[in-house]
Amino acid sequence: MLDTRQDGPSALRPAEFARWSWRQLTSMRTALVLLFLLTLAALPGSLVPQRSVDPARVAQFVDDHPSLSALYERLSLFDVYSSPWFAAIYLLLFVSLLGCVLPRSRSHWSAVRARPPAAPRNLDRLPVHRAWTTDEEPGAVLATARTVVQAERFRVDSLDDSISAESGHWRETGNLVFHLALLLLLVGVAAGSLFGFRANVLVVEGRGFSNSVPAYDTFTGGAAFDDGSLAPFTVTLDDLAVRYQKDGDQRGAPRDFRASVTYTTEPGAPRQRAVLRVNHPLVVDGTKVFLLGNGYAPVFTVRDASGTEVFSGPVPFLSRDGNMASTGVVKVPGARPEQLGFEGVFLPTAVLDRRLGPVSVFPGLRLPRAVLSAWTGDLGIDDGRPESVYSLDTSGMDRVTGASGQPLAQSLAPGATMELPDGASITFDGVRRWAALQVARNPGTRPALLASVLALAGLMLSLFVRRRRVWVRATATDDGRTLVEVAGLARSEGEGREVLAGEVAAIAEAIRTTTTPRETTRER
Amino acid sequence: MSAEVLAGFSNDLLYAAMAVYALAMTCFAGELAFSGPRRRVAQEEPVRSMVPVGVGGSGLPEYVEQPATTGKLPGRSDRASRLGRVGVSLTVLAFGLHLGSVVARGLSAERAPWGNMFEFSVTGALAVTGIWLAALTRKDLRYLGTFVVLPVLLTLGLAVAVLYTESAQLVPALKSVWLVIHVSAAILASGLFTIGFAQTVCFLVQEHRERAFLPKPSFMDRFPAAAALDRSAYRFHAFGYPIWTFAVIAGAIWAENAWGRYWGWDPKETWAFITWMVYTAYLHARATAGWRGRRAAYVALVGYATFLFNYLVVNIWLVGFHSYAGVG
Repeated sequence: MLDTRQDGPSALRPAEFARWSWRQLTSMRTALVLLFLLTLAALPGSLVPQRSVDPARVAQFVDDHPSLSALYERLSLFDVYSSPWFAAIYLLLFVSLLGCVLPRSRSHWSAVRARPPAAPRNLDRLPVHRAWTTDEEPGAVLATARTVVQAERFRVDSLDDSISAESGHWRETGNLVFHLALLLLLVGVAAGSLFGFRANVLVVEGRGFSNSVPAYDTFTGGAAFDDGSLAPFTVTLDDLAVRYQKDGDQRGAPRDFRASVTYTTEPGAPRQRAVLRVNHPLVVDGTKVFLLGNGYAPVFTVRDASGTEVFSGPVPFLSRDGNMASTGVVKVPGARPEQLGFEGVFLPTAVLDRRLGPVSVFPGLRLPRAVLSAWTGDLGIDDGRPESVYSLDTSGMDRVTGASGQPLAQSLAPGATMELPDGASITFDGVRRWAALQVARNPGTRPALLASVLALAGLMLSLFVRRRRVWVRATATDDGRTLVEVAGLARSEGEGREVLAGEVAAIAEAIRTTTTPRETTRER
Repeated sequence: MSAEVLAGFSNDLLYAAMAVYALAMTCFAGELAFSGPRRRVAQEEPVRSMVPVGVGGSGLPEYVEQPATTGKLPGRSDRASRLGRVGVSLTVLAFGLHLGSVVARGLSAERAPWGNMFEFSVTGALAVTGIWLAALTRKDLRYLGTFVVLPVLLTLGLAVAVLYTESAQLVPALKSVWLVIHVSAAILASGLFTIGFAQTVCFLVQEHRERAFLPKPSFMDRFPAAAALDRSAYRFHAFGYPIWTFAVIAGAIWAENAWGRYWGWDPKETWAFITWMVYTAYLHARATAGWRGRRAAYVALVGYATFLFNYLVVNIWLVGFHSYAGVG
C-alpha cells in the first residue's frame, strides 16, 4: 500500500551507499560512458597544440591568442594527456574494468572446472535440433556420441540417458586476458614515465656529446629518474650524409640521411663505429640514440677592429623552409671595442628572386651563400638572463651601415669575407651539417609490448572462439528402438544459426553412420 | 620497363578499373531497381514482408514473417538477378585491373605501394573490393554491391583528382619494414570497417522499415532482415577491430624505432586511438542492455566517421609527425 505521507525511502547507510556506488561504477553501462568520455577527452589534444608534442607551437599559440590561452592553461588544454581530468577518466575506467574483470575471472575459473550442464528436458526446443531412431542400444549410441564429440574437442560429461558437451571457454579466457593486459599496459606506461628519460641534443659534424644532463639541450626525466643512472657513453658525429630527390614534383624531398658516429660505452673503452639512420637508432646500454633532424651550420671566422681573431667555428642555423633556407646568428662577445653580432640567412642553393630577394631553391648544397647583416653594441648576454642562441637581442645594439648610410648586408660565397667600416670582418669559411639527436631510455617499453601482445592474443580468442554446448540423448522408445536426439546452443554474440547448425549436423551424421551402418534409420 | 613507363601503365589501369567499376555499379543499382517489390505493387499484392495467414482469436489477421525473396516473381526479377551477376563479374574484372594498377605502381617505385595518401587511397579501395569479393564466395552479400562499389569509386575519384602524387621514392622516415606491416594492417582494417559501415547503414534503414507498421515497398525488400544485417555488420567489425588494434600496436613499435617513443599523442596517433576507442565502445555496446541494435549501430557509424576524419582531415590539415600525404 502506498502511504503518501511517508518521507520516501530512508537514506542509504554509508556501507550501502558504497556498495551501490561500486555496482554503478563497475556496471557495463558506466564503462561504456567512460569509454565515450575518454574518447571525447582525447579529442582537444589533437586540435590544440600540445606541449609534449610541439612546445614551439604552444609558445606561438600563446603569443597569438593571449587571453584564450590563459583559459586553455587553466583547463590544462596544452597538456591534455597529463591533465588531472584526463587521468581521472582513465583511472575510473580502469577501476571499472577491474571491478568487472575480477569477479568475472572468479566465475570463469569455476565455470571452467564445472561439468557441462545437464541436457534440458526438451531438446527439440533448442535452436538447433536433430533426431532419428535406430536399432542400436542407447548405451552404445551414447558411447559413440562421446567419442565423436570428444574428437571435436568438446569437454564431455555423461549422464544416465544423455551426454553434455561444451566448448569455447577460451573465448572468455581471451576476454579476461585482453582486459587484464590493458592493466599491464597501464603499468608499463607508468613505469616508462616514472623511470625513463628523454633528451635532445644538436651535434655539428666533428663534435660530440656525453650522456649526461648538462650535455643536453633539453632533458626530461621521469619523476623517479636518477641522473646518476645515465650510462656513461659518449658519441661523436663524424659525418652526416644527406640525399635529396633531384627531379619530379617531389624534387627536394629528402631521400636518405646517414649519420656516421664513433662512440665509446664508457670512458677508456674502445671506440666503436656505427651508422645512424632514421628508423635505425643506435643502442648503447639500453639507451637509444635516434636521428631526428638535420640542418646546416655555416663556419665563420670573425676578427675585430684590431684584427684579432675573436671567433671561429660552426654556428648551427635553423631551417625555415623545405629548401633548407636557414636562419641563425653569430654572437661575438669578445670583440673590441664593442661586442659584435651578426644575423644571417644561409641558402644551400641560392637564387636571387625578383620579388622575394635571395631564396633557396634546393635543399642540397649546390650554390651555398650566407647573407649577413651586422650589429654592434651590447649583446645583452652578460646580465645572466636566459637568451637564445638562435636570435639576437638588438635592443642594446646599432645596425652597422655601409658607406651610403644603408644598412650593411652582404651575400657571401664560401671563402668570402665581409668587411665592416671599422675594420672588423667576418669570413664565411664553409659549411658543415648538424644532426638533431634524441636520446631516450624507457624501461616501460618491454612491459608495454608484452601487454600489447597479450591483449591482441586475448582479443582474437574472445572474438573468434565460439562458445557452444551440444547435447546428445538416447532413449528407448515403446517399439524397442532407440530415439537419438542431438541439439546445440550457441553462446556467443553475433553468431548466426548456420554455423552451429552445420556443426550439429556433422556430429549427428558422424554418430549415425558409426552406430548404424544399416538402412534401418529414418529421419524424424 | 622503366619506372616512368610502369607508373603511366599503373595510371591507365586505374582509369580502366574506374570505368569498369562504374559499369558494375550501374548493374548493381539496376538489380535493386528492377527486382521484386515494384512488381508486387503492380500486382496489388499486400505490400509487406508480413503476409496474413489467418484470423486469430482476437479477430485480427495474424501475420507471419515471410522471407523477402518471396516477393520476387519469375521473369523480371530473373533478369534483375542476371544484372546483379553481371555486376559481380564486372567487379571482378575491375578488381583485376585495379590490382594490376597497384602492383605496377609498387614496381615503378620499387616499394610497397602505400607511401603517400594517393597510394593509400588506391590500395585501401582495392582492399574494400577484395574483401567484399572474398566474402561473396562464402555469403550472399550481392545486395551490398552498390554500397561497396560506390565508396570505392568515390575514393578512387578523390585519389585521382585531388591526391595524385607522382611515383617516387620514400622520405627516410618511411623506409622501414614497418611501413609494410603497419600500413597494410591499417588498410585491411579500414576495408573491413568500410564494409561494416555500409552494412550498418543498411541495418539502420531496414530496422526503421521493420518498425513501421506499413513500410513502403523499396529495394530494401531485397535485403536481409535487420537482425541478419546487424549480425553481418558485427562480423566485419569484429574482424576489423583486432586488425586495427594490431595496426596501432605495429605503429607504436615503429614510432619507438623511429622517434624514440612508442606513443606521443601525435594527431594521427590520437585519432587512431579515438577510432579504436569508439569501436571498442561499439563492441561493448552490443553487450550492454539498452544499447543493442540501433544505438550500437550509431556508435559504429561514429567509429567510421572518426576513421574518415583521420584519413582526410588529419592527413592534410593537422600538423604532426605523420605528414606523409605528399599532397601539395
